[in-house]
Amino acid sequence: MNSILETGVTDCHPASLPDYVPVSELRDLQLSRLQSVVTRAWRQVKLFRSRMDERGLAPEDIRLLEDIAKLPFTQKSDLRDTYPFGLFASPMKDVVRLHASSGTTGKPIVVAYTKEDVEVWTSVVVRCLAGCGLNRGDIVQVAYGYGLFTGGLGAHYGAEGLGAAVVPTSGGNADRQIMLMKDFGVTAMCCTPTYFLHLIERAAELGVEMKELSLRAGVFGAEPWSESLRQHIERASGIEAFDIYGLSEIIGPGVGCECRRHQGLHIFEDHFYPEIVDPATGTPLPDGDEGELVLTTLSKQAIPMIRYRTRDITALLPGRCDCGRTLRRIGRIGRRSDDMLIIRGVNVFPSQVESALLEIEGVLPHYQILLTRQQGLDQMEVQIEVTPQMFNDKIGALQRLHERLQGALDHVLGIRVRVALVEAHSLERSEGKAKRVIDRRTL
Amino acid sequence: MKIQQISLFVENKPGHIAAPARLLAQEGVDIRALYLADTQQYGILRMIVSDCQKAAGILEAHGFVAKVTEVLAVEVADHPGGLADVVGALEGTGINIEYMYAFPCRRGEEAILIFRFADPDAAIAHMETAGINLLESNELLNL
Repeated sequence: MNSILETGVTDCHPASLPDYVPVSELRDLQLSRLQSVVTRAWRQVKLFRSRMDERGLAPEDIRLLEDIAKLPFTQKSDLRDTYPFGLFASPMKDVVRLHASSGTTGKPIVVAYTKEDVEVWTSVVVRCLAGCGLNRGDIVQVAYGYGLFTGGLGAHYGAEGLGAAVVPTSGGNADRQIMLMKDFGVTAMCCTPTYFLHLIERAAELGVEMKELSLRAGVFGAEPWSESLRQHIERASGIEAFDIYGLSEIIGPGVGCECRRHQGLHIFEDHFYPEIVDPATGTPLPDGDEGELVLTTLSKQAIPMIRYRTRDITALLPGRCDCGRTLRRIGRIGRRSDDMLIIRGVNVFPSQVESALLEIEGVLPHYQILLTRQQGLDQMEVQIEVTPQMFNDKIGALQRLHERLQGALDHVLGIRVRVALVEAHSLERSEGKAKRVIDRRTL
Repeated sequence: MKIQQISLFVENKPGHIAAPARLLAQEGVDIRALYLADTQQYGILRMIVSDCQKAAGILEAHGFVAKVTEVLAVEVADHPGGLADVVGALEGTGINIEYMYAFPCRRGEEAILIFRFADPDAAIAHMETAGINLLESNELLNL
């Protein structure tokens, strides 16, 4: 049991123990939890029940884990269509937390947690951080946004649950982040990988040598990032960089995480049951095949998610990890099956840009989204062609228009974007269909 | 009294004035006065041309966003105080100049001031009372 000692789990929260349960025990646990979550959703959630009825299914039809494939999928639009509380399986008196993330129409997607859900969430993030070799005595700076976004509070509760000292800086103010990392002797950072890249570059400008700091681990997530970015980060900062995975609809950060072997992300499958399906047909695929990750929450109370289509493309990795955990792993996520853009950890859809533009002028000008990476930070520029309706011969009027567009986009997208007014017909049009997104982000 | 002016949206990038200028040249449109209002990102090219409607048609046909607006042209003596006399006549009237520009006359003794007002009629009334010489469109173009 060297691996347990190595990751220090004997020293931290007992919730880390399920990582090593024998597989047969894990499967039994998953089946009984699946049966109860399906029963609960069927009893409490109208949409789920009607979809079960359409298929002539009842909770008793789930006799084996494989029977999960009979169940209907849930997708992001279901959350949107039932906004705000339509998928709740718990009464509000049992809900202790509400989070929200951006949706495609400007309406957010709402997720809720009971006290037990928050405990499970905390326990899985504890297991993530323990797997990254962190423990009591570590000083963990959480630079994910705190607020409606699940990143900040999720990482915070987990780090605190682990017994680490948490520095809740939230996002922004790079200079102060760097000062605190240095002055407090921070040993681990939780943030998006691109934000950390930004911190590396800023630290260099400030003359702070990151390799000389106490920082030894980074737990990075909320956006896809490549192996080459990991290598770059590790070389430039001297830390060990871990990929953490999660999504608000399932719980937030903590659905899965790399261990120190860095051979894929362990899914905490005693709480989140993973499947890989063909994104086009929804047919389950065997281990090792690449497809869309589908997750079922096995223990979630407030909003049980049955077969949630994550749109993230990955594979379930065959075989057991050298670390000794029995939990299955997914490969690192490099792309998504839909057009969602993830910018600085925030979900953005091109259609949101359209709705914001429509709101302002009532007509849709031709526009393009240009994504770049400057000093390690994703930048989004929305280039908008000036139409005759928008044009005015007074600079002040154009500047006011510019500000209105800026305000509407910031508001709808929830992130700061650069708005550029460009000449009519100056943006590329390809075969009638507008090319809306130009992604020039590298590394 | 009112003079037609054509305004064009242009990005603040090298070469962006050349295309409209070339188009107007090809069609024999004479630019009599020109002013470029700019920001870091974009600008507005304002012109008084020999045939405003024709210019607007040409530019729009080539995909430019153009707008024809009405401005006032004032002829003043080209010596110190010429501008002060004109704007002084508007002082205290509450009439705001949205923008203005000026150019010397070819004869060399007068200068022409171009004004854009939110309420040009009120401006005309005040200027005429003050004895200011407002030019008609044909006078301006034939200077």
